[in-house]
Amino acid sequence: MELFSPTEFAKDKVLSVQEYALLSWHSLTNLFKQPRYLADMLQQADLIGVGSLPIVILTGFFTGAVLALQSANSLTRFGALSFTGQLVSLSMVRELGPVLTGLMVAGRNASGMASELGSMKVTEQIDAMRALGTDPEKKLVTPRVISTMVMLFFLTIISDLVGLTGGSMVAVLLLRLDSNEYWNYAWRSLAMADVFQGLAKPVFFGFIIATVGCYYGLSARGGTQGVGRATTQAVVAASVLILVVDFFLTRLLMVIVPVR
Amino acid sequence: MANGVQNDPAADEPKQTIVFEKVSIGFEGYPVLEEISFTLEHGETKILLGVSGSGKTLILKLALGLIKPDSGRIYVLGREITQMKEEDLFGLRRMIGMVFQESALFDSLTVEENVAYRLYEEHIAYEEIHRRVIEALRFVELEDTVGLYPPELSGGMRRRVAIARAIITEPHVLLYDSPTGGLDPVTSTTIIELLVKQRDVYKTSALLVTHRLQDAVLMATHYFNRQANRMAHIPDGQRGDTHTRFILLRDCRIIFQGTAAELSNSPDPYIRDYLS
Repeated sequence: MELFSPTEFAKDKVLSVQEYALLSWHSLTNLFKQPRYLADMLQQADLIGVGSLPIVILTGFFTGAVLALQSANSLTRFGALSFTGQLVSLSMVRELGPVLTGLMVAGRNASGMASELGSMKVTEQIDAMRALGTDPEKKLVTPRVISTMVMLFFLTIISDLVGLTGGSMVAVLLLRLDSNEYWNYAWRSLAMADVFQGLAKPVFFGFIIATVGCYYGLSARGGTQGVGRATTQAVVAASVLILVVDFFLTRLLMVIVPVR
Repeated sequence: MANGVQNDPAADEPKQTIVFEKVSIGFEGYPVLEEISFTLEHGETKILLGVSGSGKTLILKLALGLIKPDSGRIYVLGREITQMKEEDLFGLRRMIGMVFQESALFDSLTVEENVAYRLYEEHIAYEEIHRRVIEALRFVELEDTVGLYPPELSGGMRRRVAIARAIITEPHVLLYDSPTGGLDPVTSTTIIELLVKQRDVYKTSALLVTHRLQDAVLMATHYFNRQANRMAHIPDGQRGDTHTRFILLRDCRIIFQGTAAELSNSPDPYIRDYLS
């Protein structure tokens, strides 16, 4: 068995971080350079945005519903069942909407990107693209990054709305709350800072999902097994990064736009 | 081809298409190529021979700038590429056609979209693109496959589509990476005939990597007969230069450079063993 070298391991990890950072930087700066692949961006927006709609709706709806159901127990004890709308609204908009949508889209699209680009890499299609005079970062990475950032923003809005609807259905049908009262609390409890926080996050999460998916795809090695490995790593890394970044981002946004 | 492949590009092309000067490269501490030097003249075809893992494909990738050497200089079409940025290389690569070992066709695009890939990037009108695609596919005798996807084609057909994709932009130089690898003898001969046609009709400089000695010999001993529209053997006793030279690699170095006759008459025991 080959001896494990900590120096080589550390070098390898530093190199990976450097390559990821460069890819991420280029994915954004390419937007200001010719050629721009608008058609590819629209195609990716359709694949990522419209394609992820069913899972985002389902996840959002049932998250809102279960949130209402769980909170009802605690709120009843304090005689504050009518605050269900407020609790669902704040949880969904500030935190669960962006994070769960991000995780769902990461599971679906980071894996898709890693496997697609990974297959292209191991079958020399990426080299062929470079040989044909096309920059794969401009053609493949930038459209995916921009589309994911934009579409995750809108998917989160949909998820928030559907989550609130799920909560309202539980509130009205199971908790016997008044629908107007639920929506009134849900609406009134939201401040601009909550909405800003909830809608700033998906932009960052979208960036993470696409750059991580593309990075693992483009660095895939070792045939179909390598593509499988890259796909798994992409989903795991994107999901973990979303949760880690969410913490720091929340802290930062709380400073920039204080929540009352 | 109507759009200029027939035009002799010599006027705007340096006499030396590719120059390698003491190029060395290694991976993970092991040398793969050491002090490689050769020149590909305009209109010439150089055939790279050697056992598997001798670095033949690597030479093509170095010539295309896909990989940077550890030392030495590489000149392509008069420009030194070893120090060029990736962004500048894209422009140069548009003047080079590459046929990859496994074709490397984009499997989510149709044959037409694959062949036309470079033309789409240049935003050429669709009618013009379609006309040139059909022309390129006619060259490889596959004009009926425009709507098919690469997985629907046989191995030989994929190689021919890859050749069509490489030649559609009328490149100054073509790089072929084992274009007959894994193919049956009949299909291999068809591919070699296309390469001979490209060499003799359009005078394109080329680097060809192959494991199959019979293909290399075929390239050196045959010319393209335009009247008969097929490849023909140079008649015995007649002098004719097919502008085809050989390079043999061994242990990271070039051990032979020369014509087919020089190769077959070499007294070197390794070469004699390799040829037998």
